[in-house]
Amino acid sequence: MKLLGELWSSLTESLIGLGLVARFLLRLTVNSPRALLRCDLIAQQIYNSGALSLVIIMLSGLFVGMVLGLQGFELLQRFGSEEALGTAAAIGLVKELGPVVTALLFAGRAGTALASELGLMRATDQISAMEMMAVDPIQRVVVPRFLGGVIAMPLLAAIFSVIGIYGAQLVGVQIMGVDSGSFWSQMRASVSLTDINEGVVKSCIFGVACSLIAVYEGYYATPTAEGVGRATTRTVVTSAVVTLFLDYLITAEFL
Amino acid sequence: MFTGLDMNIARGRVTAVMGPSGTGKTTLLRLITGQVVADSGSIVVAGQDLQAIRRADLYVLRRRMGMLFQNGALLTDLSVFENVAFPLREHTDLPERLVRQLVLTKLQAVGLRGAAELMPSELSGGMGRRVALARAIVMDPEILIYDEPFVGLDPISLGVIVRLIRRLNDALGITSIVVSHDVKEISAVADNVFLLSGGKVVARGTPQQLQSYPSEIVRQFIGGEADGPVPFHFPAPDYFTELLSRGEGL
Repeated sequence: MKLLGELWSSLTESLIGLGLVARFLLRLTVNSPRALLRCDLIAQQIYNSGALSLVIIMLSGLFVGMVLGLQGFELLQRFGSEEALGTAAAIGLVKELGPVVTALLFAGRAGTALASELGLMRATDQISAMEMMAVDPIQRVVVPRFLGGVIAMPLLAAIFSVIGIYGAQLVGVQIMGVDSGSFWSQMRASVSLTDINEGVVKSCIFGVACSLIAVYEGYYATPTAEGVGRATTRTVVTSAVVTLFLDYLITAEFL
Repeated sequence: MFTGLDMNIARGRVTAVMGPSGTGKTTLLRLITGQVVADSGSIVVAGQDLQAIRRADLYVLRRRMGMLFQNGALLTDLSVFENVAFPLREHTDLPERLVRQLVLTKLQAVGLRGAAELMPSELSGGMGRRVALARAIVMDPEILIYDEPFVGLDPISLGVIVRLIRRLNDALGITSIVVSHDVKEISAVADNVFLLSGGKVVARGTPQQLQSYPSEIVRQFIGGEADGPVPFHFPAPDYFTELLSRGEGL
């Protein structure tokens, strides 16, 4: 009985949390058109979330692609169809690994930075100071960061996939000796626009989810050292779980 | 937090709100600036009732207020210059040349024109508070609110801030509200003093009147005595009983 009660209360608690996040998203959306007029602020945040994440995204993309090349080659060789390596790597990267791994890395690199920055701004009264200067902090601080993340994430996922395919090619063609012509032509023949679309849709949705979680956790962080730390941790954990959950839903939708 | 609180803050004067820690001085400031809403009662600022005000009107009203936060609350990603320019850039469409002149004038007033290009992290506590003061006056507010402006400053910075508060008030006719518990500095700067304790105004008057106020609690506060109507000890069970008990519940 006690267990049931606890389950019930934790369920209602998470539903309330979900409602608060949804309301926050609504507030951000309402404020977005006006924030879009301040291109300089958004460009700055695309730089912070996107450009500064490039190194980790590109390196990870290269290594993921290389591993894919090795494993794919080993597996396909058993069936004597190594030429399909290009197709396998491209589909795997564009549809799954690109968006998902990028989202996880994005949460770790840019999401934590956003959450801790906003949390510290609250802890040091910068948010209150803005309110006192009659500047809406949602409009001035939160929305540009959110939009910056939303715009940066699909671009990062695309870069990840491209570098990943190059990495697979590097291992498959250059080292393992798969025929270069069939690697590329099979890839072009069998990767359809739907596959690309799935990847784009996924990365856009993950971008909204991860950026939203990061700014929400940061903005509502308890204004202490411990609170900001907890907000940062929760950003990564929640983003990862939500990304993988959404990934399943979108994949099922596209089948 | 407050019961039967009744205060009138005179226009164009320096009004100090004093009281022991935990009497809700900061809460009072948040009420005056509309950051929190009172459960009951009314707060009228410049003719507008904050209990019934719309958010947009509150923001318009706040443009006529400046507030100096205890820790300065400078925006850490902007330079000193950009921090002071921030309200101008957000609320006005002034040409860059005019913004520059306004910002430099305000920085000159607090003696930090030379620090315009520094980042907030490169400033000392006293300098940070002076920059925040320049930012608070850059829109030429009618009401200026200081939250504990004297805490944690060395004697020199302290003197500078005291003189600045007085000079700003005399030169610009700003209504100033100073929340503090530093008796000496308040005596030097304030026209009127409200002494709060236990959610009520226990004394009001000029700093001189307060020196000889016929009340135990005022004497304790002004004289800085450790024990009195405001007890030294936080409420606790009897000392001996607690020491001799086996410490359950701890």
